Amino acid sequence: MGFEKFGRKSFTAITKTAKFVDFLAEGKINGTVCKKCGAKYFPPRADCAACFSNEMDWFEMPKKGKLETYTIAYYAPFGFEADCPYTMGVVEFEGGLKLFARLSKDLKPEDIKTGMDVSVRPIKYEDGQLSFEIVKL
Amino acid sequence: MAKDVAVIGVGQSYFVRGYEGSIRELAFEAFREAMQDAGITTKDIDASVFCSAPEYDKQRSPAGVLAEYLGLIPQPTFYIETVCSSSSTGVKVAYSMIKSGLHDVVVVLGFQKMSEITSAESQERMGRGADIQWESPFGTMMPAYYALYAQAYMAKNGLTHEDLMNVRIKSATYGQINERAVYRKGVTKDDFDPNNPNARMAAPVAWPLRVGDACANADGSSCIILANAEKAKAISKKPIWILGIGAASEAVNMAARPDFSKGLRAAYKAAEQAYNMAGIKPNDVKVAEVHDCFTIAEIMAYEALGFAPPGEGKQLIREKATYKEGKIPVNIDGGLLSKGHPIGATGGSQIRTIVLQLRGEAGPMQVPGEPDIGLVHNVGGVGLYANVTIFGR
Repeated sequence: MGFEKFGRKSFTAITKTAKFVDFLAEGKINGTVCKKCGAKYFPPRADCAACFSNEMDWFEMPKKGKLETYTIAYYAPFGFEADCPYTMGVVEFEGGLKLFARLSKDLKPEDIKTGMDVSVRPIKYEDGQLSFEIVKL
Repeated sequence: MAKDVAVIGVGQSYFVRGYEGSIRELAFEAFREAMQDAGITTKDIDASVFCSAPEYDKQRSPAGVLAEYLGLIPQPTFYIETVCSSSSTGVKVAYSMIKSGLHDVVVVLGFQKMSEITSAESQERMGRGADIQWESPFGTMMPAYYALYAQAYMAKNGLTHEDLMNVRIKSATYGQINERAVYRKGVTKDDFDPNNPNARMAAPVAWPLRVGDACANADGSSCIILANAEKAKAISKKPIWILGIGAASEAVNMAARPDFSKGLRAAYKAAEQAYNMAGIKPNDVKVAEVHDCFTIAEIMAYEALGFAPPGEGKQLIREKATYKEGKIPVNIDGGLLSKGHPIGATGGSQIRTIVLQLRGEAGPMQVPGEPDIGLVHNVGGVGLYANVTIFGR
């Protein structure tokens, strides 16, 4: 249990990576790293696809990256309509790790460009849901 | 190139909004046409494969129900799913069943009745064809995913909204002459003009993609009947051979995807396999069907299939090279954009179009010059699955 607190609306309650949400509450966005072979994963995984180990550590994601791409959603799926419009994008960090998230609400469309420097931070919604978002550096 | 497995019958229902019947009746429409096309009876069929995206189906385990309605019991039957590419995956599986010697004649039936749920519900369900644990919680949907590719691709390669619009105008040109298409209207520049109050296609859906950049939902079915060489030659006057098959997959999560400006990696890999197996090159292809679920997807497909170099797909639409009279005609049946995209039926419908083209039976859509090699590019999810299949006379 615990993972139902992730995101605007979660579709998953039980996962071995549910501790991710506890880290969000502590202000950390964490991925997992394999204790055996060192492979790094974001989003987090409980099992290593490179060496089959299930012994994973948590590591904190980098703070600085570039916005590789984004989109502004003017229509939303069922249950997300009240948030429209909202922007989602992919951040690429040095070393190759990437992250998908919404961009901060206070970023205007004209302020967003592919390739711009961005950071990521945890957020808490009014209803208590925990997530993370992309902000401009 | 080996000629071991052939298409001996093709069928497709009209693609419509709100089909007036149940899924078994919808499936029968395509099946009837394919069986009459092949000129065989249900006794000649050794096995059947049913394909759809199950999130739309109220019927659990539809294969058994549909096989019964089609008169295909007690032969073996089962179900195949790769979302939007389900029925071309079904054809790959049927090819393997025949090539292995297990069966002589196999039916592949793709179907989808999308109209029973609302467009928003449909978007949510298709969004959940993506990563429900890590991405759906942000409110993702199919147009947004393809928009991520469009944004990066346009920024890097100088592709414009006008280019995307011209893909839509091309598909509408042929949707008008395809009586089975769901969208029969023409499309002009005015439809994309944000200053035109009556513009049908200008509203943004997931920027940079607009209403007109997205394909049309539809209800529909398709049917492909495959046979081994001996049966194909005995049954069919114009067997159309499967010359090459390629298939690949990709990470579901956007955070695990390679460079978004380069298009769908799985499609490149599937194309390479299919060309190698067929022993042909991209410029040997005389007519193609590509998975234009969004306008950007057609441009990216040109490049994945080698019709244009990376980043140069825009030139084909600017030069009208993918029109019926062009050097590589693409989606001369209206494509997913105008013909419509009933998820599980789409791959089979694309294959039917290419088979008719190679037989010279495509009517007003017939590509000139008696094309001898055709290609089908069918993608599931946001490039999560890709199938490329090459056909020849």
